[in-house]
Amino acid sequence: MAITTAPPTTSPRTSQRSDGPGEHQRHQTKRWLPYALIAPAVVFELLIHFTPMVTGVWISFLKLTSASIANWSSAPFAGIGNYQIAVSATNAQGAALLNSFAITCGFTLIVVALSWGLGMAAAVALQRTFRGRAIFRTIFLIPYAVPMYAGIIAWKFMFQQQNGVINQLLVSLHLVDPAHLPFWLIGSNAFGSVIIVSIWRTWPFAFLMLMAGLQTINEDLYEASALDGAKPFRQWRAITLPELGGVNRVLVLVLFLWTFNDYNDPAILFGAGQPPAGDLISFHIYNNSFSTLNFGFGAAMSTLLLIFLLIVSVAYLLFVNRRSTRA
Amino acid sequence: MKFSRRTKLSAALVAAVSLALVATGCSSGGGSTSGSNGSGSTITYWASNQSGGPTSDDVKILTPILAHFTKTTGIKVNLEVISWNDLQNNINNAVSSGSGPDVLNIGNTWAPYLAATKAFVPFEGKAATAIGGTSRFVPSALATGGLAGQAPTSVPYIGLTYGLFYNKAMFSAAGLTPPTSWEDMVSDAKKLTTGGVEGMGLVAGSYTENVHFAFILGEQNGGAWYDSSGKPTFTTDANVQGVLRYLNLMQDDKVVSTADAEHTDGSQAPADFAKGKIAMFVSQNNANTTLTADGMDSSKYGVVPIPTTAGGKNIASGIQGINLSIFKNSKEQAADLQFIKFMTSSYAQSAIGLPFGTIPVAKGIKPQFSTDKDFQATFQKIYNTQAAPYPLVASEGAFEQNVGTAVNGLFATIATGGKVTASDVKAALQTAQDKTEATQ
Repeated sequence: MAITTAPPTTSPRTSQRSDGPGEHQRHQTKRWLPYALIAPAVVFELLIHFTPMVTGVWISFLKLTSASIANWSSAPFAGIGNYQIAVSATNAQGAALLNSFAITCGFTLIVVALSWGLGMAAAVALQRTFRGRAIFRTIFLIPYAVPMYAGIIAWKFMFQQQNGVINQLLVSLHLVDPAHLPFWLIGSNAFGSVIIVSIWRTWPFAFLMLMAGLQTINEDLYEASALDGAKPFRQWRAITLPELGGVNRVLVLVLFLWTFNDYNDPAILFGAGQPPAGDLISFHIYNNSFSTLNFGFGAAMSTLLLIFLLIVSVAYLLFVNRRSTRA
Repeated sequence: MKFSRRTKLSAALVAAVSLALVATGCSSGGGSTSGSNGSGSTITYWASNQSGGPTSDDVKILTPILAHFTKTTGIKVNLEVISWNDLQNNINNAVSSGSGPDVLNIGNTWAPYLAATKAFVPFEGKAATAIGGTSRFVPSALATGGLAGQAPTSVPYIGLTYGLFYNKAMFSAAGLTPPTSWEDMVSDAKKLTTGGVEGMGLVAGSYTENVHFAFILGEQNGGAWYDSSGKPTFTTDANVQGVLRYLNLMQDDKVVSTADAEHTDGSQAPADFAKGKIAMFVSQNNANTTLTADGMDSSKYGVVPIPTTAGGKNIASGIQGINLSIFKNSKEQAADLQFIKFMTSSYAQSAIGLPFGTIPVAKGIKPQFSTDKDFQATFQKIYNTQAAPYPLVASEGAFEQNVGTAVNGLFATIATGGKVTASDVKAALQTAQDKTEATQ
């Protein structure tokens, strides 16, 4: 992502020139070393990040199905055919993708907003030292530490209609009729379920980042504002929020990208029979390409997703950077 | 910048290790080819989870059988038992990456689409001879081995069919005899649906189960899911009415609990049945191993073919089962062929018969998939006379995924209080068909 650093005041060359001639000579011969050190990283970066991306884009122009999957070179060129199917709203596949995209947008908006809100509330609550603070910090971070699969599968059990603890709780609180227990893993409630699980998994990260950010704020600011009679909410708005600006900019972007791409939550919570209300886009693409060996179409959908996320990320960064330079 | 000698050393080490990783990561693991009979070689075998228990049970069952094979042929077998949730993914991965096991189990309904990938060895010519010929297999089972009109790329290994399991005590207490028609089954189920007990149990949240019943009930109605030229015909009236009849067990007949719409794995219905919470359930014959594990003795239940409607076609099951395939990239094909010959021999088939609950797939092998004679006779009869083959087309995988998921969705609608009509079913099947056609 775009990281801007202040330009160095003196270039390495000028500083070298101030050294003696012998020193200069030695620096000359060693100049390969930094490159040699980063070379493996560059090679791996290209290998791990770039190759699959380029391969994916290339596949999206092929009719790569079960007939050609064992020998990719035999796959006929499809031009933009896969993309035409993906963006056509009248075609069954295109309509399903559009629907999944809309659901994912709603899901992302809610999960990011609530995860950030919860993380912020918890971080601020634990900002001052008090007895037992470490215990709360640890408890709040548990969802982040639990192995992902174990955490989500536990939610799946909790959400079960017949034996799940959620329905038992709702019954004991007289919120639902025991004769008509609601379903949480199928039907329209599935949307709410996957949101709850995703927030549960995501908010500790927001909490951790914001907590780290809060450590850097100078206590004097709070003391000075308290002397001026500022109430806690005013302090939060006028001091905490602006001081956390840098953290928030990165945090919201990362939360957005993670949540939009979320594959694990729907895949583990719902399994292969994904309910329409929980039809999140990453798992949707998987279900409609990989499991039917229709890779060309899957790659086209993935490329569209990549383009969308790139546009949103770049627009977001331009927007927040301009705002922060104006401020 | 100044670097100490130690830093430079470790940096060089990091670079060297990284390069080594790249080098090894890119080279494919080559194996040594051995003699023409495969003796002295090692093959990797992916087995599906057939024991009705955890995969470790399968390892226990298969280990002595494989040891016998190693003793007689000198071929070592590296066994990996893979759970059903992962098997198809792993196979798809192997096909698309080109690296996988030597020999593997596949669900026989996957055979056509896997045949279309050309990633598996066709059993013709020398390969067919090496496994003792293909004519020794039960013809209907062998017919599931690949694409229509082509040499099979898999041979049958485990034979299974669907049947209707019923609780004997509940039936006699209600003065009922096992149903022989669909209408009987529904009326029996209604009588048996009383406080705390449901007439029937379904795995209505499993797309694989749902597509099997969509297929079977469509076939009973005289429908077909593909025409003779291999084009999908999902939305014919026979198929729509078949799916609706299946859905109505929950919707109109109300003999299936709405809770079943959430059931995604095949062990839940047998568990409910063993606890006496349901009077009937439909399952493949190997459910008896699960029922035994759940503590229900085979004398407590009986089986009959899934009945058809008055005037319907006498189909009670698809030809279910597990096939064996050889991965084309295997370097030990001589050994692979010997292994397949062995696994389909009377020795291995007898050894797996009872623990895996398998109906023999080769001629002349004594059925021994149950200790209960009636149980065995009923399933053997269904397998031989009432089972229809699934569509042998390349888009079979997409058919299963799309139709199965569509039925999942319809069950969910019913369970959450919605109403499903014939036109809803037709619309859902049309979407499934459009999606399936897009993969062709």
